[in-house]
Amino acid sequence: MSAPSGSLPAARPERPALRLRLAARGLDGVTLLTLPALIFTAALFIYPAAYGLWLSLRPAHHAWWLANYVHFFSTPYQYNTIFTTLWLSLPISLLTVVVSVPIALRVRRMRRQRLLTTILVVPITLGTVLTAQGLLNYLGPLGWFNRSLLALGLISEPLRLVHNYWGVFLSQVIVGFPFSFLLILSYVSGLDPSLENAAAMLGARPGARFRRVILPLLASGLVTTFCLSFVQAFSVFPSAVLVGAPSGATRVISIAAYRAAYEQYDYSMGSAIAIIMALVQMLVVGAIFRIQGVFYRGPMSGGKG
Amino acid sequence: MTITAKDFRELRFDRVRRDFGTHHALRDVSLTIQRGEFVALLGPSGCGKSTALNCLAGLLPLTGGGIWLDNTRIDHLKPEERGFGMVFQNYALFPHMSLRRNIAFGLEMKGIKGAACRAKVEEALALVRLTEHGDKLPGQISGGQQQRVAIARAIVVEPPVVLMDEPLSNLDAKLRLEMRGEIRRIHSMLGSSTIYVTHDQDEALSLADRIVVLRDGAVRQVGTPEELYARPAHPDVAEFMGYRNLLRGIAAPVGADRLRLTFEGHALEGVAMAASAPGGAALAAIRPEDFTPTADGPIPATVIAAEYRGRDFYGVARTEGGIELFFRTDTRVAPAETVRLAAPADRVLVYPEAA
Repeated sequence: MSAPSGSLPAARPERPALRLRLAARGLDGVTLLTLPALIFTAALFIYPAAYGLWLSLRPAHHAWWLANYVHFFSTPYQYNTIFTTLWLSLPISLLTVVVSVPIALRVRRMRRQRLLTTILVVPITLGTVLTAQGLLNYLGPLGWFNRSLLALGLISEPLRLVHNYWGVFLSQVIVGFPFSFLLILSYVSGLDPSLENAAAMLGARPGARFRRVILPLLASGLVTTFCLSFVQAFSVFPSAVLVGAPSGATRVISIAAYRAAYEQYDYSMGSAIAIIMALVQMLVVGAIFRIQGVFYRGPMSGGKG
Repeated sequence: MTITAKDFRELRFDRVRRDFGTHHALRDVSLTIQRGEFVALLGPSGCGKSTALNCLAGLLPLTGGGIWLDNTRIDHLKPEERGFGMVFQNYALFPHMSLRRNIAFGLEMKGIKGAACRAKVEEALALVRLTEHGDKLPGQISGGQQQRVAIARAIVVEPPVVLMDEPLSNLDAKLRLEMRGEIRRIHSMLGSSTIYVTHDQDEALSLADRIVVLRDGAVRQVGTPEELYARPAHPDVAEFMGYRNLLRGIAAPVGADRLRLTFEGHALEGVAMAASAPGGAALAAIRPEDFTPTADGPIPATVIAAEYRGRDFYGVARTEGGIELFFRTDTRVAPAETVRLAAPADRVLVYPEAA
């Protein structure tokens, strides 16, 4: 464009004003509106996380700076909490996603969508504690569930459904489902219904339509939902205590952190466990997003609208 | 050419009805379509033409009546069991599949795999002239190209009937003209029946062997493009065929199938399109092209606007009664000028007005 030539006076391309150049990169007055959010993030996330990291590297009794981490990874009682937590959170997330997909696909085609969605989403408003309370009442040895089964003669002694793995599992599925369902419903609503019709016109039966058209287009959204649901389930605390076996089968990593910090008053150890918890989550989420790269991630409609 | 349509004699709509709640989208539509025919369903939006197409595709269940392919009743079959091809208004290409895989989809669903499948896909791609783009995703090609892929995908399975739902409405004017030719070419190559839904009478006139005009869910007229253009059977159809001037008046017979219409006190002679009682209310339909100012034209009107169209002028004028008339003229007219409009009697269609 600006060919250097001797005869013409230096034809320096005029630089636009700084303000315009910043605006071209998406920085203008409006960008300032993100400032409160940035301050908020810094104060409530970056600072505590950094402080926790710093705290975790200053163990009690002036021990070596990595002593907390060494202790955690050399004590089965501690490091097994990672597997206990994964053993809970991975199946829970998988189940909520797998259950949400068919329901969302069905709900999309319904007329009274809003009513059903409201009913399905109610558990999210209950919170973990109320759900746990309900489960204790309904699924306990004297709850209606066990009493009905006993009365029907299907079992001879009450099933153990609370204060163990299944108690936590159920309560987390109940609380986590609405969340997964809402997210997946929004992905499903984004699917262009004419794609399914087109597949049907080409001779694809419902199963083939799901496998060949719907699933590939939803895959990326399902992975995202799984990740978010996993992160939620991984930090399970109240239900692990209330309907689980907090010293046994459901001694999850957050309980280990809580015990260290507030029962042994070793804040440094507690922080170290919290940091490990964050790292494990990041690892899992990172791995899942690597898988996501395989899937199609583009527009979900079949052409010009 | 190995892509050819399967054999059948005729496709029949037998008093097909479809209601949405209390709204009757289709009222007892009966229609027979021959093999190899190109039929356009034409009508304004809301006339039921897309409903008819979706009923035929199996995407909408009928409320009453039946659809028959020769002697087989097909209206209870699911879309995947009918084996028809369909081109959607928004193309509905699978966005995650390459063009080749999009086209192969229908073949794979029929269990055609391997070399046979690849050969057919290549043939279909060549037919719509997109061979070199075959490995792209739909999002990487233009709207016109997507449209052609949608056609290739629908016809590669050799359906006996191809359904097209306003396939050109998303394209610009130039591409629309090009694609019209393309669609016509592919239709005559395949020998299948094509049922084409459109609200554009030019498209219907230029493409179809036969046009079905729908209005309020009922068939108003069925005929060849020439028949519909020259002798629309109903004022609605006339209006749709470009008869923009509808003059309301009182008719009186003046000989064999000629009528004199009295409109705002002025007399206009025209062709009787149906028997009407002398002195009954009637409607005269005139195309703007046939309505021109002359020195002694029967209908005086004041010019509101005129626009230059290259060879001639098209204008709008208002009568004393406040009716707007559309006319054509070779000479420039100015707003506020008074013109006397006339039309040749054989180009004025007079319909008795329904009570």
